[in-house]
Amino acid sequence: MAKYEAPPLLSDDGIVDIPAVVPDTMKGAGPFISKPEFQEPMNFPADIEQDEAGDWSLIPNWKEEALNKLDDLRGRYRSLQVYLDICVKCGACTDKCHYYLGSSDPKNMPVARQDLLRKVYRRYFTFAGKYFPKLVGATDLTEEVVDDWYNYYHQCSQCRRCSVFCPYGIDTAEVSMAAREILNHIGRGQKYSTEIMGKVYKIGNNLGLPQAALADTLEGLEEDIEDETGVAVKLPLDLHGADIMLVTPSADFFAEPHVDGLIGYAKVFHELGLSWTLSSYASEGANFGMFVGSYENMRKISMRVRKAAEDLGVKRIVFGECGHAWRVAYSFLNTLAGPFDFLDARYPVPQHVLELTWPALRDGKLNIDKSRNDDMTLTFHDSCNVARGSNMGDQENGQFDFPRNVIKAVCNNYVDMPEDTTKDATFCCGGGGGILTDDLMDIRIKGALPRMEALQHVTDKYGVTHMAAICAICKSQFTKVIPYYGFSMDQIVSVHQLVSNALILTGQVDDEDALNEEGEE
Amino acid sequence: MFLGVLYGILFWIATLILIIGVANKVRLYWNTPSPLKIPTMPAPTTQKGVVLRMAREVFLFQSLYRADKLLWVIGIAFHYCLLLIVLRHLRYFLDPVWGIIGFIQPFGLYAGFGFVLAALGLLARRFLIDRVRYISAPSDFLMLVLMIVIGGSGLMMKFVNPTDIVMVKAFFQGLKYFSWQPLPADFTLLLHLTSVVLLMIIFPISKLMHAPGVFFSPSRNQVDNSREQRHIAPWAAELDKQGVDYLSELKK
Repeated sequence: MAKYEAPPLLSDDGIVDIPAVVPDTMKGAGPFISKPEFQEPMNFPADIEQDEAGDWSLIPNWKEEALNKLDDLRGRYRSLQVYLDICVKCGACTDKCHYYLGSSDPKNMPVARQDLLRKVYRRYFTFAGKYFPKLVGATDLTEEVVDDWYNYYHQCSQCRRCSVFCPYGIDTAEVSMAAREILNHIGRGQKYSTEIMGKVYKIGNNLGLPQAALADTLEGLEEDIEDETGVAVKLPLDLHGADIMLVTPSADFFAEPHVDGLIGYAKVFHELGLSWTLSSYASEGANFGMFVGSYENMRKISMRVRKAAEDLGVKRIVFGECGHAWRVAYSFLNTLAGPFDFLDARYPVPQHVLELTWPALRDGKLNIDKSRNDDMTLTFHDSCNVARGSNMGDQENGQFDFPRNVIKAVCNNYVDMPEDTTKDATFCCGGGGGILTDDLMDIRIKGALPRMEALQHVTDKYGVTHMAAICAICKSQFTKVIPYYGFSMDQIVSVHQLVSNALILTGQVDDEDALNEEGEE
Repeated sequence: MFLGVLYGILFWIATLILIIGVANKVRLYWNTPSPLKIPTMPAPTTQKGVVLRMAREVFLFQSLYRADKLLWVIGIAFHYCLLLIVLRHLRYFLDPVWGIIGFIQPFGLYAGFGFVLAALGLLARRFLIDRVRYISAPSDFLMLVLMIVIGGSGLMMKFVNPTDIVMVKAFFQGLKYFSWQPLPADFTLLLHLTSVVLLMIIFPISKLMHAPGVFFSPSRNQVDNSREQRHIAPWAAELDKQGVDYLSELKK
């Protein structure tokens, strides 16, 4: 832990102060490079070689391929073509990225991050850049530029906060994804993401948990719930003919506090008398195809959800707490793997688990004892991809209201963090978009700074003890990173963990000793 | 007369470059598909809502207001002054001049000062704020200098050394019918006209394309209805049709 140093928390209003520009503070080699064995299953070129020092070459005709890919992508994505053209360099976004705020490296300002690609686009594809490169800041594509791409496009979590503030809605995530897709095709895939997607293709989830291990884990959870409550709550796997298929991030099967959320979903389904199942074939909610900017791989992963739903004969698809998963599910699933006309048309496809839990709580269908969460004062971290990439329910702002409504329905003590750090202005946890890997620990810690300032503020002012999240990445990132800022990892909770705490199941017999023990903690 | 012909030709070329250049870009944006639903949420759930959102962006600079209040003030001043100035200049092209254009003449005059001041403010930001300095290319500075030259030379003609505007109007009236008319040989006027010609020529190949471009920004112009309506690009639909995972596997 001593290896990294977190920036100090200096703000007195919970809003991080804008740092002065300090060039090259985050210059580096970027994350581990995807080896040929991980490139191949993604249909990415794999003809790269490692020299004696351990450095990987680019593919032989990398420059031509990079420019071809850029040309291809700008022809297939209006966002990319328009965003490369229309930025006026006004600077409105320059103080909006958590990675810039935490690192002071100007290449982490959204516009400067885009410019890494834009300056090459201008050089090869625009009149001004071809004939007056110096004038318009256009540069040749060199290996140094590729190195900068690899490094700085892996310091973007595709959280889209910049796109909220840009007067033209320029979304750096679109540029980052395109840049990564170019890198994928010249021998600079990112190991973390490609290795994980390989596991999804082979086994069904990011962790590589096979069906038997999954069944075992779920059985263990069933026993835990029964020990605690005396009620036999089931977590079915591959149950044909169930009504609902739950797709959830695989971290929910074992990581803390994710698994407490999974227990929460199971209790809610049980209490509402819903017939449901998990699928081992689609045992992963997350879709890393988005991170690497590969439409094709994102679609291929999404198709697993469709196939699993067809094979199991379910009527509805519900997603668990996962930010990027929910963006892909809500915004892209219908595009990628639709149409879902074989499902029950009375329900949206897919639904978020909160879209089941909140109406049930609102209508008094769940027996809740809010005092069971009285040992905590909660705040809520809006996950970036939920906040700016999705919705819940059928009204605008549902993605902000549903989780808050649920938390307030099961907890007595809730406060929001400062306005500039919540809802659509929320800060990414610092680990999203393919950054949640140990080889990027430094930027992960620095990127968490704005959220940590806000959390410290509500801790000091309102005595907040816990922060709830609805994203597997947020939960993993925070539990790992907040100790660097003086918090403790168990301060991060799942929203459905809070539901689970307060929900009294029909026939529940509380183990008094267990309750007392919890009270003493 | 030489000046009249020279500037006549220049204006014709610049106008063609502006119109054809912008039309080409707009056609490119129009024809390029948006394969995914990426509105920045929360987004309107109806097309009407999107029109309102876009109107708030275009007329009120809503997102910029949230981002940076000072820049918003300068930006609003700059653009609305520019609008008034452009409208005011219609009197050189219209005969008879519409009532409304006549009415705004005095306001357009003040707008000239507002425009130059705002452009100076934008230029100052590029020097003074380290983050903005870092992202500025020479062209970003020069673009503002060009604006200041256009505005400054315009104000000069109004207040310091007036030119023969009746002659200027006759020049532009004639231009419409390829009837070459003389221009006054005033340095300020020629500077003014030359910089406007330059601006028109660089418009389609520069960041000035933000004006038509903003309407094509998927993060602002898409409806939040991805679950209700399937949205798919032609190139992506081909993957479904041929039942393959990768574009490289598609048969042409």
